[in-house]
Amino acid sequence: MLKIVHYSLLVASVIGMSSAKVLANHPVKKLSKTHVVADTINAGLKLPTGFEALKVADNLGRARHIAVTAQGDIYVKLGRLSSGKGTLRLRDNNKDGRADDIQSFGNFIGTGIAIKNNYLYTSSDDAVYRYQLNANGEVINTEAPEKIISGLINRGQHETKSVALDNDGNIYVNIGAYSNSCQIEDRKKGSLGKTPCPILDSAGGIWKFSASKLNQTYENGVRYATGLRNVVGLDWNTQNNQLYVMQHGRDQLHDLFPDMYTEKDNAEKPAETMYALKQGTNAGWPYVYYDPELKKKMVAPEYGGDGKKVSTDKNIADPAIAFPAHMAPNGLLFYTGSQFPAKYKNGAFIAFHGSWNRAPLPQEGYFVAFVPFKNGKPTGEWEIFANGFAGVEVVTSTRSAQHRPCGLAQGPDGSLYVSDDSKGTIYKISYTGK
Amino acid sequence: MSSIKKGLIGFALLLFAFNFWGFKSETKLPDPVMASVLRGKDVYKAQCLACHQQDGGGVPHLNPPLDGSQNVNGNDKARLIKIVLNGLADRVEIEGEMYSNTMASHKDLSNQQIADVLTYIRNSWTNKAGPVTVEEVKIGRSKLK
Repeated sequence: MLKIVHYSLLVASVIGMSSAKVLANHPVKKLSKTHVVADTINAGLKLPTGFEALKVADNLGRARHIAVTAQGDIYVKLGRLSSGKGTLRLRDNNKDGRADDIQSFGNFIGTGIAIKNNYLYTSSDDAVYRYQLNANGEVINTEAPEKIISGLINRGQHETKSVALDNDGNIYVNIGAYSNSCQIEDRKKGSLGKTPCPILDSAGGIWKFSASKLNQTYENGVRYATGLRNVVGLDWNTQNNQLYVMQHGRDQLHDLFPDMYTEKDNAEKPAETMYALKQGTNAGWPYVYYDPELKKKMVAPEYGGDGKKVSTDKNIADPAIAFPAHMAPNGLLFYTGSQFPAKYKNGAFIAFHGSWNRAPLPQEGYFVAFVPFKNGKPTGEWEIFANGFAGVEVVTSTRSAQHRPCGLAQGPDGSLYVSDDSKGTIYKISYTGK
Repeated sequence: MSSIKKGLIGFALLLFAFNFWGFKSETKLPDPVMASVLRGKDVYKAQCLACHQQDGGGVPHLNPPLDGSQNVNGNDKARLIKIVLNGLADRVEIEGEMYSNTMASHKDLSNQQIADVLTYIRNSWTNKAGPVTVEEVKIGRSKLK
């Protein structure tokens, strides 16, 4: 393993000092070695009353999805190599809540990471690997991961492969569509859709594989759900034993079909959607999109739609819940802990990466949302749980967002971890009731 | 309020106004180039802004930035013209980063529009580079056939 010298403690304390100067009246808690103390002004986040946040680590690079062991180590999958490595393990030896021991391994980039039954699963953009863990949740051999799935399509667009596991030995892998809306010419103004969309044979859906068989390819898997343009956030709901996914809705309705959609339509349609999947679910991409204003499935303009034509296809599933357009849900986590107040139990947290496709209107997202669930179904409401990642009031251009939420994980103590793939910050959010 | 403060605020407003206009205050362009920049700004808004953003910053990992880009500011204008005409579907590394989204071809734009929009992006934000002429676009287009 490579050992990385890191400065997160130093950075955190410098940030803490400068924040203290700016907000002289804000009570600054003393750092102690034995107690976990939140960062000044909660690491820049706005949280509900009773919650606090700290930066576990900073400047890690492109921190995509994360997984936390029963012992509290955090594994981070990187979307860009850092000193030649693509996976990090963060450890907090002195128990102050901040990582003081960072190790790295694995020579491939990716997004997906999960822990199940003493294995750490990580994905590259075309394969899924697993590493056996010892009783302490440590990877036994960082040099020899088992390749369980390979040959997954990667054409550079919607290329990341997120993973989730059920309790019956299966792993679910997102294979994103390498297109915006299956146009004959991708993202070309007025270009119509291919019929049928050939992408759906090998992408634009969720594939199910065995979590333990080695060397699987498409032939060994099942196309579990289709018509999903790109899913980054997905999680297994243990309450009703079902896979939930967050779809990134299509872009550029106005840019591509300016006669049918206004700039405002472009910014506000289609919805970002959550689906509760069953084997065979079809979410409708590229033929149909979900209009959050009309609350209806609409025929896409590439396939004869005009912004008004409602889809009559009975085979296409309705979303479990819909969110504003283009906010890019990159992380989904069902909260099963007991630390947070009762209303959060079995509800869903969603990390919204933040939009780019709302220009010239301001960009939106860049927060973690909470979706209450009752009896395994969303109640229909949702709220912003953690905000302030962007560090600016209004994001007009995506690059001005300082931090962008991407991955979510639950710690053994019930705390919520959030990764940021812009600056590489890992946040820990805890409930103290204060 | 002191006069220095007032002056600073005035200066800041002036800077803001110029930045809002889309190019730097110290850039003094010849009138025909300025006219091309202004026309190019409209082309940019209609064809490019959605992906490359209003500050030319692009979108990390998805759409490459134009502001500060060596490819945009450099001398290889023929390459810029070719990218606008053909689009860019190949996954290429640009200044150390991979970008995911496809850029569609824009060969349906006129030579004038392409010259204008390239002149605009070469003279906006922090960019400062020579204009692209209609003649250069014409040559670029003839090489496509």
